[in-house]
Amino acid sequence: MSAARPPSTLSAARAVLYKELTLERRAPQTLTAMALFCASAFVIFHFALGRDEVEGALASGVLWVTLTLAALLGIGRSFVADREEGGLDGFLLAPAPRSALLIAKATTLFVFLLIVGVLAALLFSVLLLGPTPSASQWASLALLIVLADLGIALVGTLIAGIAIQTRARDLITSILALPLLIPLLIAVTKASEPLLSVGAGTLTGRWLALLGLYDLIFGLLAYALFDYLVED
Amino acid sequence: MPTTKSLYGRRLPGYAIATAIVLTAAIALAFFYAPIEADQGFSQKIFYIHVPLAIVTLGGFVFGGIFGIQYLRSGDTRHDLRSYTAIHQGLIFCIGALITGCIWAKAAWGQWWVWDEPTLVSFLIVFLLYCTYQPLRFSIEDPERQARYAAVFAVVAGVFVPVNFIAVRLASPLIHPRVLSSSGDSLPGEMRIAFYSALVGVALLFITICKYEMASKHSRAQLAALRRSLSDENDEPAAVRTAAPRIAIK
Repeated sequence: MSAARPPSTLSAARAVLYKELTLERRAPQTLTAMALFCASAFVIFHFALGRDEVEGALASGVLWVTLTLAALLGIGRSFVADREEGGLDGFLLAPAPRSALLIAKATTLFVFLLIVGVLAALLFSVLLLGPTPSASQWASLALLIVLADLGIALVGTLIAGIAIQTRARDLITSILALPLLIPLLIAVTKASEPLLSVGAGTLTGRWLALLGLYDLIFGLLAYALFDYLVED
Repeated sequence: MPTTKSLYGRRLPGYAIATAIVLTAAIALAFFYAPIEADQGFSQKIFYIHVPLAIVTLGGFVFGGIFGIQYLRSGDTRHDLRSYTAIHQGLIFCIGALITGCIWAKAAWGQWWVWDEPTLVSFLIVFLLYCTYQPLRFSIEDPERQARYAAVFAVVAGVFVPVNFIAVRLASPLIHPRVLSSSGDSLPGEMRIAFYSALVGVALLFITICKYEMASKHSRAQLAALRRSLSDENDEPAAVRTAAPRIAIK
């Protein structure tokens, strides 16, 4: 038997990530729920707003509110299986650094959000969006989805880590996540607005900078604080 | 055996008297010494209470975060109590700042709520976030874990405050009266004296109330410990679900 060597952060994170993605592939649960939620929300918006087509600020608002609420579903599910089936205890027994769990969980959430984001944006353009975005506008929108999803994944994993040990898990997840995500939503809705309007609207640098700043700050914060959430 | 050695709130009367004096003087200065503002008239007087409340609120939240870091580093429950008290009172002062802000908005712009006003909107968002502090604590039973998670929240929320202010400010045109510019020369001398004394007064009020709350929590814990030592059966106290930090009496 070779001498046991503790796994590096990255290899531990890769193992947990592999487990998460395999679970979701074998029994798709979170992803399907998030995608279905988006589709239903668009239908509801159609009737609630009484419009066949939306554009500009309204379109941006509808798209991002839907994606944020769908993200809450993913955040809420993030640690549930581990908590119920003892995966969290298993991870703590392994001599792996705790930040590996953060990296794996945040990456999983990020991948889910990206898939749902792309699907929802396509569905949105078919169902509700009035103006047809150009190729460069689609590219800008994709960049926004990546930056926003990164922020949501980081903050979401931190919140999921807090909420999983509480009694009122679902309540805590939503009431904590929504205010924390407001700066991100301000930036991403303002940045998407010209892309979803009639005419050749482009991205504004300051919103990208704000999104980047948000991702950086909360990424560092999650990395610094996550260890305290999985101590026992 | 509980002792009375660890008496809390010994300096409380001093703080209370200082608060009463400074706050009364500040109110007197604001109403009788500071000139009536030319643009807004008498309604501008609310500035002397609204802005100090807002500044002290943010200070309370920042200190809540700092004590949170200290708790995470040391595991000393006193820091948890301080963090809890600072955020708890900060939240109450935040409500005061929001209400006075609404009144001022009504007087100055004719509407109770103005979405173009970044500082007021930021305060509402910060208020919504800190409102979740008590429910979060309440939903965790284990005292040690409750303190640890609350400290993590305090740090995250403390960092969130400036990020939020940047985001909201970028998103709205500026109409908030910039009474304290970075150059500091926008406020006439008499107004500045009244404002700074009001700021000191409100800060003293905040400290006094925090010390009062901590002293009250300690004396209640000491009383409970004394009761336990006097009672015949040496049973453990029934676990009570509470959002407040548990204090161990040696």
